[in-house]
Amino acid sequence: MVRSGVRLYVAVFAALLVLTVATVSVSYVDLGPLSVVVALTIAFTKALLVVLFFMHLRESSGLVWVVAGGGFFWLAILIALTMSDVLTRGWLPVSGP
Amino acid sequence: MAEHAAAVAHQFDDAEQQRRAAELGMWIFLATEVMFFGGMFTAFTAYRWLYPAGFAHASRHLDVLLGGINTVVLIGSSLTMVLAVHGARVGHRRMLLVCLGLTMLLGSVFLGIKAIEWTHKWEDGLVPGLRFALTGADAGPEELFFLLYFAMTGVHALHLVIGICVVGVILALAWRGHYTPAYHNPVEVTGLYWHFVDIVWIFLLPMLYLIGRHGP
Repeated sequence: MVRSGVRLYVAVFAALLVLTVATVSVSYVDLGPLSVVVALTIAFTKALLVVLFFMHLRESSGLVWVVAGGGFFWLAILIALTMSDVLTRGWLPVSGP
Repeated sequence: MAEHAAAVAHQFDDAEQQRRAAELGMWIFLATEVMFFGGMFTAFTAYRWLYPAGFAHASRHLDVLLGGINTVVLIGSSLTMVLAVHGARVGHRRMLLVCLGLTMLLGSVFLGIKAIEWTHKWEDGLVPGLRFALTGADAGPEELFFLLYFAMTGVHALHLVIGICVVGVILALAWRGHYTPAYHNPVEVTGLYWHFVDIVWIFLLPMLYLIGRHGP
């Protein structure tokens, strides 16, 4: 495994800068519904770089991976179940009072 | 006091176990923080789905340039924070002190730019409840967007204020020589917290500033 060093941190920082410039630049182009996909893909990539290298998750024990993954898994449950309600409200005709 | 801080607390077998416990504890706290911010991200996602036009129109009142500059500033602070941790790990005292100071400075610059943005929003009449000047068909959803904007950026800024204070305490303790390569757990876990606050902003930038620039 590559040891953490100043050069690695600076390389990760440079990658984060490039991705930031990319996501801001792309926002000026009309991609339709794809713009959300592109913006969030770049954001997740940046978050992954920060988590793995700046927060040293790649050096951490499996237990820490479970906690970190658990945080995002529960967030996914929160968003998925909430949106399963919001997205499907109009599917069944329900007569109001 | 320095000797106590450097020693392994009696409930731990050794320094490595103590370090792992500190690391795990901070990650568990950060998992609760994911859920704390997650509620607001979920609300934003749901209301953006329900009112796509209002959210897109409101989003165009934000300053993409200032948001982008602030992203670079905060990413820079994450670099100085991880370099401070590196300094603590290898016992490079000057690197630790200088980088902690730079982290506080960059965090403060972020808050300053954020304050300028908030001032513009006040002048433009975009503050829900207090001074909201938008009228028209989308005014309701636009006010909702700005309610979430101020809630999310406000709570994020509060986290940054707390982070700057904590880094200040760590800087003072590092100045007094509390941390060695063998014991610097507070520096490590403060770094984890700081990077988490950075990640929250990494998602706030596209959601608030970027994805509403085109479309309805």
